[in-house]
Amino acid sequence: MPTAVALEDAKVAFRLGDGRVYTAVEKAHLAVAQGEFVAIVGPTGCGKSTLLNVAAGLLKPAAGNVKIFDRPLAGLNRDAGYLFQADALFPWKTALDNVAIGLEIKGTPRAEALPRAQKWLTSVGLGAFAGRYPHMLSGGQRKRVALAQVLIRDPKILLMDEPFGPLDAQTRQVMGNLLLDLWNADRKAVLFVTHDLEEAIALADRVVIMSAGPSSRIIGDWRVSLPRPRDIFEVRLDKEFHALHREIWSVLKDEVMKGYAQSTQAAEAV
Amino acid sequence: MSRPTLFALQVLVAVVCIVLWQVLSTVPVFGKILLPPFFFSNPFDVFSQIVKWFASGVIWKHLGITLAESILAFVIGSLGGVLVGFWFARQPLVAAVFDPYVKMVNALPRVVLAPIFALWLGLGIWSKVALGVTLVFFIVFFNVYQGVKEVSRTVLDNGRMLGMSERQLMQHVYWPSALSWMFSSLHTSVGFAVVGAVVGEYLGSAAGLGYLIQQAEGVFDVAGVFAGMFVLSAFVILIDFGVTLVERRLLVWRPTASDGRG
Repeated sequence: MPTAVALEDAKVAFRLGDGRVYTAVEKAHLAVAQGEFVAIVGPTGCGKSTLLNVAAGLLKPAAGNVKIFDRPLAGLNRDAGYLFQADALFPWKTALDNVAIGLEIKGTPRAEALPRAQKWLTSVGLGAFAGRYPHMLSGGQRKRVALAQVLIRDPKILLMDEPFGPLDAQTRQVMGNLLLDLWNADRKAVLFVTHDLEEAIALADRVVIMSAGPSSRIIGDWRVSLPRPRDIFEVRLDKEFHALHREIWSVLKDEVMKGYAQSTQAAEAV
Repeated sequence: MSRPTLFALQVLVAVVCIVLWQVLSTVPVFGKILLPPFFFSNPFDVFSQIVKWFASGVIWKHLGITLAESILAFVIGSLGGVLVGFWFARQPLVAAVFDPYVKMVNALPRVVLAPIFALWLGLGIWSKVALGVTLVFFIVFFNVYQGVKEVSRTVLDNGRMLGMSERQLMQHVYWPSALSWMFSSLHTSVGFAVVGAVVGEYLGSAAGLGYLIQQAEGVFDVAGVFAGMFVLSAFVILIDFGVTLVERRLLVWRPTASDGRG
């Protein structure tokens, strides 16, 4: 299997307002094979989203390499679709236009893009909502539109930054199943960032754990061999799921406590 | 409160005011007329003056002139505001260099420019248009500038990740965002276009509603002044109603305040 995304000793640093340099991620080494679903889990503020932005080309690493299909990444990652945590739909476009825009940018004529966008809206369960503007949709519906907007371009790599974070627990599970169904159809390489370990195990082939920031590192890498296709509701009852959850949590727990202690310290310092 | 009741109460306010005005300016209270007709006229005279204007048709010419001045001021001011606002927002250096001058010109009470414009452009419509433009331009300029600068970072990143070029970002992200800010100030800028036109006319012209009021004032025709004011109010309300219609059509995508979901 070729490697879709490879981070080689990537380091990400930011220059702070007062001139100091803040290192978010240190020596990150991560490879996502074609067709593989990898979830990155870590405590709040550990730089998981930063790592994703590096893979997307939105951020340049301070050191190390980023390779996409074995070629060094220069500029934005044109093979990747990015699903943002915050609302990223164009508020002035209807759901249908929001989905169609992905094709129109590439030069597909509008007359051809619209029916295909309608088809994608239907496959994310929003066929009847084509004419709605984003503010008329619920949070979950907006995520569905965003998913269709990204997938219609048929990217080879999917980067997802806590995409279901703002949703309620039930909607998250429904969205997880929808994502797995769509992914099953053509198995793109997926890099999925979340702080929810259960969600990560239920969805992914591999779960990668990051340590608490600053200078966070990748400290663990587990293979999830639960059979596919999975149902997120069912898989959580599986014995293997529980064993794996216990194993990973024993590592993650310490980092979460560390991250929590740091954030309270930082709050006290202020 | 139901709509008909509300409307009835609104009408009641007008009726009470007009009746009071009529009574106090014609019937003596304790041997004294509280609103001397010389200064306050009376509703009946004012109303007959308005009827006379419309019956004879003289008013149409003046309304037309004021309307034309307002529209020209609005269009030219908006166009300039959009272009310069866009330019400044995309070129921070230019914005930084011009910043003190923009603030200075904006701080100037625009009325003092009227004599200069009258000198440069004569007493025709263009001196009034120029005055309106200076008012409209800054409102639109500040809004567009803000709109382009405050495009959501996530939406912008999303556009980039979807593969938009700079030109496409302009078309699909910056432009709609700037326009929405411009339209949100539509009521204010249209209002100021009318203010510019009327104030300009009042200070020196040969036609328009401002001229009409100024002429009436010149011969102590108080009824004429009040009649001009009422026609002007109705004119502005009509324009404002038109703006609301346009706005509703163009900003369908925006959540309204009464909309539950954000």
